[in-house]
Amino acid sequence: MSSVPLTAYLMLALILFCIGLFGALTKRNAVIVLISIELMLNAVNINLVAFAKYSLNPGLTGQVFSLFTITVAAAEAAVGLAILIALYRNRQTVNVDEMDTMKR
Amino acid sequence: MLQMSWLIPLFPLLSFILLVVFRKSSNENTAWIGVLLTGASFVLSFGAWLAVWQGDGIKVEGTWFQLGERAITMGYEVNPLNALMLVIVSLVSLLVHLYSKGYMHGDERFSVFFAYLGLFSFAMLGLVLSPNLLQLYMFWELVGLGSFLLIGFYYFKPEAKAAAKKAFVMTRIGDVGLFIGMVLLFWQVGSFEYDEIFSAIKNGELSQSMLTLTAICIFVGAIGKSGQLPLHTWLPDAMEGPTPVSALIHAATMVAAGVYLVAAMYPLFQASETALTVVAVVGGVTAIFAASIGLMQKDIKRVLAYSTVSQLGYMMLALGASGYVAGIFHLTTHAFFKALLFLAAGSVIHAVHTQNIEEMGGLWKKLNITGPLFLIGALAISGIPLLSGFFSKDEILMSTYADGKYGLFWIAVIAAFMTAFYMFRLFFLVFTGKPRGSQKGVHESPSVMTLPMIVLGVLAVVAGYLNTPWFGTFLTDYLSQGPVELLHADHHGPVWIPFVATAVALLGIGLAYMIYQKGSVSRDWLTRTFPGLSHVIYNKWFVDEGYDRTVVKGTTGLSWLGVWFDKYVIEGLVAGVVSGVQALSRLGSEMQNGQVQSYGTFAIFGLVLLLLIAALSGGYFS
Repeated sequence: MSSVPLTAYLMLALILFCIGLFGALTKRNAVIVLISIELMLNAVNINLVAFAKYSLNPGLTGQVFSLFTITVAAAEAAVGLAILIALYRNRQTVNVDEMDTMKR
Repeated sequence: MLQMSWLIPLFPLLSFILLVVFRKSSNENTAWIGVLLTGASFVLSFGAWLAVWQGDGIKVEGTWFQLGERAITMGYEVNPLNALMLVIVSLVSLLVHLYSKGYMHGDERFSVFFAYLGLFSFAMLGLVLSPNLLQLYMFWELVGLGSFLLIGFYYFKPEAKAAAKKAFVMTRIGDVGLFIGMVLLFWQVGSFEYDEIFSAIKNGELSQSMLTLTAICIFVGAIGKSGQLPLHTWLPDAMEGPTPVSALIHAATMVAAGVYLVAAMYPLFQASETALTVVAVVGGVTAIFAASIGLMQKDIKRVLAYSTVSQLGYMMLALGASGYVAGIFHLTTHAFFKALLFLAAGSVIHAVHTQNIEEMGGLWKKLNITGPLFLIGALAISGIPLLSGFFSKDEILMSTYADGKYGLFWIAVIAAFMTAFYMFRLFFLVFTGKPRGSQKGVHESPSVMTLPMIVLGVLAVVAGYLNTPWFGTFLTDYLSQGPVELLHADHHGPVWIPFVATAVALLGIGLAYMIYQKGSVSRDWLTRTFPGLSHVIYNKWFVDEGYDRTVVKGTTGLSWLGVWFDKYVIEGLVAGVVSGVQALSRLGSEMQNGQVQSYGTFAIFGLVLLLLIAALSGGYFS
């Protein structure tokens, strides 16, 4: 079997998650923000798969769970992009900074 | 007659109320309201006194309120001591009312003046009639209020305003002492009643140290009211009030209230040798101290004021030296001759419109009634034989000597010499020699002013025969009916004492004559011989300055410190809290900027913080 330890998977997932978080919180372009959120979701998927293989009683639950997540994420990305397009049509911009209607 | 004695203080109160109601009236006949009502209370007082003279007495009381198991009572009492005081107070008050009708003629607030006189007379008579300390204390404060109002009657003069304030504050210091003494007695005895306090003392329910402490506390009250040594400075300043007020309040009645208090509480003082010694020493030192200041004053009323302080010192000395009768006797005679002197001084001021004796002179011919009356008063206070002051002063000296207080005896003799000297310095400067200053249209006062003076003049001559070694000791017999046991009933000191007293009085008059009338001794002889001492005396021993430098400066400094603390520390704290809350809420409102990304950032930081706490505290939120 491979000699890649659990820590490496977890480190990879952590780095991906942090990049995704940073992008989601700092990028001005709404599309990039959506992509960053996808990145964070996938970091979680890596975790799920890694724990499915390396936990005390390994099984397939984690892998199945990650397949579900990918499916839901696809649906979510579709909804998100649809909202984005609707927003763009309304406001003529995808800049997140200008979307502060919650304040008013 | 005695059953009606509760009416005595109510007549002046009625006068006060009526005059306050009619104070806008420009009619000066309102004075007659005051005169008539005070006259009524004098008649009742005199009747009460006659009844007491025949051995009668009355005490009526009712429960005012219940304090736990102790009943606080209110009522009135007539006994030999306060019957005598009633007569003195109501008589002097009546005469002063009459005199003021002339003296205050043309004053804008004529009716108000009489209203205040009524209020004061009410308070003073109520004080005298009180059968317990609590009631006495209430009237004691009311008397202080009357004094305050009357000293500050010319409130548009800054000096009068300051003097009224000073009198109020200084006497209040004493009142605190009285209050503490009173509360201590209530704590120990469980009653404010004189009778119960006295019987508790007799049964030895109080420890010796407690007796001394309470007696001295009560004496502090007397010091404040009677202008004794450390607290005397208000009395000379009180001369800013109208002259009839000085005669009534600051010569005959209110300042005598301190002496009356000591006399009324006499069994308490008798029980403590230390307290008696304190009273005697304070009195003796005050007598000579005030007399020395009186030697050099230039204001006619201030000389008389210091003389009053000195004579009150005499009374205290007598009481402290077990001379109960002597003290009361001197109180009586002093009330008459000092009121006479003040009214005569008022008549002089009325005529020449100045109080500076350097601007008077040669008034004997022009004021042919006031002059002889002033002379009678001066002779009486100096202690010339056959006049009232001679007998009472003599008795004080006798009892001081008989009590074995030889040091104080000689102090009193020297003070008697000074008294004679400054009184006749005043007399010669005012009435003889050439007129100094501008004296235009000087004329004798109207008869409404001279009549009270004549009555007082007669009394100043004859009051001494109440208690003489020759005709009978009426006053001693009379006072021994009271609750006080006269330990040294007969003060038969050495025979030479009256001769010494007369000799020093004549010596003082003679010296004054030589200096101020004949001029055979230069006027600044004393000043040149003892320049340092006379400078100190001229400036009243720097007592006022001393208080200014210490107490007043200290209080002002303390209040500055308080203001500083309040301004910078307390208000700084408040401002700090305010700005802290404001900054916090500004931060909060800036965080609500409507951008999802910043909300997310805060959420992440919050989560990280929570996780950090969880990690550091071992995984548990406790």
